[in-house]
Amino acid sequence: MVTREPEYFPPAENFVAQLGRHVIFFCRAVGQGGLLFLQAVLAMRFALTKRARQEIIVQMFVSGIKSLGVITVVALFTGMILALQTGIELSKFNQEVNIGTAVMVSMLREMGPFMTGLILAACVGSAMAAQLGTMVVSEEIAALEIMSIDPVRFLVMPRLVAMSIMTPLLAFYTCIIGVIGGGIVGASQLGVSWVSYIDNATRFAGAKDLYVGLFKALLFGVVITILSCHEGFATTQGAVGVGYATRKAVLVSFLHVLILGYFVTRLFYV
Amino acid sequence: MIRFEKVTKVLGGKPVLDGIDFEINRGETFCIVGASGAGKSVTLKHMVRLMTPDDGRILVAGDDVGSATGADLARVRNRFGYLFQSAALLAWLSVAENVALPLREKHDVDEDEILDRVHKTLAMVGLENDGAKVPSEISGGMRKRAGLARAIIESPEIILYDEPTSGLDPVTSRTIDRLIGKLREDLGVTSVVVTHDLHSALAIGTRIAMLNRGRIAEIATPEAFMESSSEEVQRFLAAQYITKEAPWERDQQ
Repeated sequence: MVTREPEYFPPAENFVAQLGRHVIFFCRAVGQGGLLFLQAVLAMRFALTKRARQEIIVQMFVSGIKSLGVITVVALFTGMILALQTGIELSKFNQEVNIGTAVMVSMLREMGPFMTGLILAACVGSAMAAQLGTMVVSEEIAALEIMSIDPVRFLVMPRLVAMSIMTPLLAFYTCIIGVIGGGIVGASQLGVSWVSYIDNATRFAGAKDLYVGLFKALLFGVVITILSCHEGFATTQGAVGVGYATRKAVLVSFLHVLILGYFVTRLFYV
Repeated sequence: MIRFEKVTKVLGGKPVLDGIDFEINRGETFCIVGASGAGKSVTLKHMVRLMTPDDGRILVAGDDVGSATGADLARVRNRFGYLFQSAALLAWLSVAENVALPLREKHDVDEDEILDRVHKTLAMVGLENDGAKVPSEISGGMRKRAGLARAIIESPEIILYDEPTSGLDPVTSRTIDRLIGKLREDLGVTSVVVTHDLHSALAIGTRIAMLNRGRIAEIATPEAFMESSSEEVQRFLAAQYITKEAPWERDQQ
């Protein structure tokens, strides 16, 4: 059951009690998030029904196509900054031709999935939390539950499937645009021809870089969806609560993208 | 049909329901009235297990709602239609899609049959020409009627109304009242209406219960309710300018 009864807590008597309460709330949130993920995964058996397919396509459009503009700009300038920074240093040793490798490997391994994750957390995750939060406040979630329509199957599962598909695709797109951005800087400011830039970029980047990057992106997509939906469902206190849930969803998603990014890198490259 | 047995609910250290006992019979329109914060909506939410009692039992056709989970809970909830105060229509779906939602999500029903049933149900609530509109394009009264259409599309045995006339002008309120009465007559459903509008309760109710500070102050037929010796009831009647001498809307209808 997603709908929760209102909770009231007396003020904590001292710092230790306050801390203990935060620890309990944290553990509860982790448990609820894990349960939501399991329920959404189990609901994927309904992903091929007509309505679910339609909803998944809508969510893919919302999370993917609508984010394309901002992702293009961010990816282009990320690639340009990477090329410029590394190019300036490498040019001191007449090695500026190697910016291709630096940009390609950085984008594939880290910057592509990372930037995609942050953008989706800010644009899509916040929208998910706000929409579900508003639905909680306006009793639409309760209405679904009374009609015996599972809100996780109806709302979370299509978003999870859509984000699981679109985040790796967007991360790959981010990498391509970033590499193009790096090439523009190389050709226009560092005197590196497009041919040698692309040759250098493709020579040292391996398939593993691509797979790990895409895996990271997939992980980010799942985590952003579950965290955002969880925060949305946990909304209380009306309009103020929706704002609070949205802010928290973005904040927690950012932190998870950052922390998970480190551990996945460590897992595959150390 | 529905029985509350010494149901207690405490929220924020304050007893919202304080051991209430009552029974709602099949086919009646049972109105629950009371001031804001008296526990009316909480009572309604307990019937469909949006809230669980701290103590006591709620039986719906013999099933204990408080302990029902999974398929048992779904079976109990399938007996109910629920009209929320805000109508709770999904904002991105049209009125017709909202009404069709339970059929499309839960039943393996042919699309032509769904469209036919939706049209008939919308006609029952007077919205047959507004099915294509989204909730933001229709008035508050129309939203309530659309919510009601969604509540009755699966032919429930019991319909719960949470403040069906709140925020509506008197004319629209009476239209909703007439609709509640019509549904009872046409479908033979049991209705539970939570309201603070005593005019409405007196017009449509077969029995009226007054909640005061989490306790039942009175349960009576409209006629007996008007004659009640309960101080809370008389205060509530006077606050809404209803006196024994005043003509009832029930008589007007």
